[in-house]
Amino acid sequence: MKVTINGKEYEARQGQTVLQAARDNGVYIPSLCYHPKTGPAGKCRVCIVEIEGARGLQTSCTVPVKEGMIINTESENVRKAQRLVVDLLLSSGRHDCLACEQNGACELQDAAYRLGIERPTFTLAPKEQTDNSAEFVFREHAKCIQCGRCIAGCNATVVNEVLDFGFRGHDTKVICDDDVPMGSSTCVQCGECVQLCPTGAIVDKLPRGKARTWQLEKVETVCPYCGVGCRQELHVDRAANRIVRISGVEDSPVNEGMLCVKGRYAFDFVQSPERLTAPLIREDGGTFRKASWDEALTLVASRFGDVVKKHGPDAVAGLASAKVTNEENFLFQKFMRTRIITNNIDHCARL
Amino acid sequence: MTNDIAGIKAADVILVIGSDTTSAHPVIAARIKQAVRSGKTKLIVIDPKEIRLADYATIYARQRCGTDVAVLNGIMHVILKNGWEAKEFVASRCEGFDALKAEVEKYTPEAVEKISGIPAATLTAIADLFSHAGTGGLFYSMGITQHTTGVDNVKSTANLQMICGNMGKTGGGVNPLRGQSNVQGACDMGGLPNVFPAYQKVGDEAVQAKFDKAWGTKCSVKPGITITEMIDGAITGNVKALYIMGENPVISDPDQHHVQKALEACGFLVVQDMFLTETAKYAHVVLPAAAWAEKDGTFTNTERRVQRLNKAVQAPGEAKSDWEIIQGIANAMGAGWQYANSEAIFEEMRTLTPSYAGMTYDRLGSMGLQWPCPTIEHPGTPVLHREKFTRGLGLMTAIPFKEAAELPDAEYPFVLTTGRVLYQFHTGTMTRKTAGINKLAGPMVMLSDPDAAALGVRNGEKVKVSTRRGNIVTYASVTNKIGKGTVYIPFHYAEAPANRLTIAAVDPVAKIPEFKVCAAKIEKA
Repeated sequence: MKVTINGKEYEARQGQTVLQAARDNGVYIPSLCYHPKTGPAGKCRVCIVEIEGARGLQTSCTVPVKEGMIINTESENVRKAQRLVVDLLLSSGRHDCLACEQNGACELQDAAYRLGIERPTFTLAPKEQTDNSAEFVFREHAKCIQCGRCIAGCNATVVNEVLDFGFRGHDTKVICDDDVPMGSSTCVQCGECVQLCPTGAIVDKLPRGKARTWQLEKVETVCPYCGVGCRQELHVDRAANRIVRISGVEDSPVNEGMLCVKGRYAFDFVQSPERLTAPLIREDGGTFRKASWDEALTLVASRFGDVVKKHGPDAVAGLASAKVTNEENFLFQKFMRTRIITNNIDHCARL
Repeated sequence: MTNDIAGIKAADVILVIGSDTTSAHPVIAARIKQAVRSGKTKLIVIDPKEIRLADYATIYARQRCGTDVAVLNGIMHVILKNGWEAKEFVASRCEGFDALKAEVEKYTPEAVEKISGIPAATLTAIADLFSHAGTGGLFYSMGITQHTTGVDNVKSTANLQMICGNMGKTGGGVNPLRGQSNVQGACDMGGLPNVFPAYQKVGDEAVQAKFDKAWGTKCSVKPGITITEMIDGAITGNVKALYIMGENPVISDPDQHHVQKALEACGFLVVQDMFLTETAKYAHVVLPAAAWAEKDGTFTNTERRVQRLNKAVQAPGEAKSDWEIIQGIANAMGAGWQYANSEAIFEEMRTLTPSYAGMTYDRLGSMGLQWPCPTIEHPGTPVLHREKFTRGLGLMTAIPFKEAAELPDAEYPFVLTTGRVLYQFHTGTMTRKTAGINKLAGPMVMLSDPDAAALGVRNGEKVKVSTRRGNIVTYASVTNKIGKGTVYIPFHYAEAPANRLTIAAVDPVAKIPEFKVCAAKIEKA
């Protein structure tokens, strides 16, 4: 169907909301509580637009498009109302961007930037309250805009049912279980709430202060743990050769952005000082010494050759691996089958 | 999995048996919980532990460890007795029904209650719910396979899904959840003693000829030995040299003392890994390998989806990708291989692997493709056995129930079963090196309230767990989530290794060890 946005005609699909149609056509409407995964919430009121024939301003995340609809997203009326909403959200929290983890990836900051709001007009003195009790997730209530995305994600997406709104009015905040610190709650640290939070209210704890979002390069890969094969995005600090954080890929048909505590947070081992950095050869006394690749490979080849010569190829056996790539497993069995000439190949599929 | 992950939401009923899904496959558990929460899907959980998913189940049943064949036969008994089976599917798509029917005839709910401990009424309710709810998906993991009757258990799940007509339908299927990032791929690639890539049989003339020609070598026609036989062979002297890539049998294999003895006895042991693992400590040569984030390549997940890995960081020091190391050894033995990158290997692989033949790195993109994908135009296969089974008709098999290899007795009165926890992975080579994770889950033995009371053990106290293989000291986690007489130990911990206790008895066909049942004794430490 055809709709008109800001005087220009665009294509839209039946069943889309005005916000979705605008986004698909590259028209920016600030919005905070809507996320494709958690759906329309109609809470934050930032995405309000003018629709010809409708009374008052409409939240574009909840209104479905209709053939011939005429939408205005940047009239003075709309801008004034959006500015007020964002101003109030900024005023009701402590949105200090300087040392915030989300700086550069914050949807509230984006909205303020696009609407030209330098600093909040009002001061509503929010309570400073942080929750540092969990191993991997850090919460700062004063940066919460109560959009409810984390709650929707926790309950409807990963269905861990830990987060909810607690208290009333100005005291409303996101709580874990019966308002216990996250570290003492039933939370399993999957980090779905971190992934959905539009501001710096719920962030990954370990990388805090370690890298600005725009300095990180994102590389898509597959989780190294169980066999589900969740798609992850590694946020890499190239200069330091380090993985800083991991997020789930939202459009993956496997995990739809979800990860578990291991897939999202158990990556320190890559940088462990215990990593092997050179081949090791056992000396006669039993201790290991570092060796060059040349020496190690020559030794392995000659010892395998000796065993084959003396005892036959079936005296050599090899374990491929359920944790290395297809290419590596293919090559491993090709090596055993063509260089040793044995089928003594297995791996821990059964274990 | 015969089916795909995205199809889970299409199931009307899901049976989870022998899988602690929220611990071992959390994102699939999330999909199952989403389906239940949507109101469309009913859930049945059968497990010795009252796992987290049981909270979402319409029916939860606790079987005695090692009685799955009896339980599944009992469910089928009720279905067939009442005529609730999918008659059209059974008649047109399957064979062997009469023999199966005659066998399950013996498994009345009352008889199965005696064997398994699941009340007869519960078995009947499970049969009723599972056979009447449209499409039923069955999910299992190592709770079904790690038994001396592992193959029998798997065949029984297939029997149930065939009599319910749940095969070849979105949301249905027999769905083993694979436990490691590329365990599916390692099998697909022929990392097994009896098959070349894509399960092409060793010893088959045409297959041998194909690989001999492609590789310009005469390959052996004799099937090789399995991991458990390699360990035994190192002790008897039949295996003189062992090459282990990215595996840690000292922690992952049954009867740890036996494994350690074998590695000590092995004349020449090469271990290729990221760390000096418990296994690498026995090696003569240790080769440093790159981590997943340090290389390109592909993994194949539990739903047969082949997905690309992309290199994000440099490997430390002189560590190399496993394929580079293998090529190095091969060339030191005169192979003259010149693979420039993982894609070059993939390109050779797909010419020899019919189910991967239509895949290229470009086609895989970021979404991947599910095998079989035989041609370059093929879209991949989310659901297997749609029109017919790979072998033609689905083969139903009559399976009599057999007890586990080692049952509790006066000296070892408990049943010990093992598994995973959410916060750790396999032998801990990766997770145990990660700050924070270790604080969330340490070694423990799960013990029932009444057993703990009888032993005078309180939650968090040290206990000694012994079997005929050895003993460990660990911490009691006292709970009502496990049945009286059963104890559960996660196997991740080198300092309290469950596999010092487990039995090396294996399934006669699959050679999988019976990690899920052995006899144990518990004392205050």
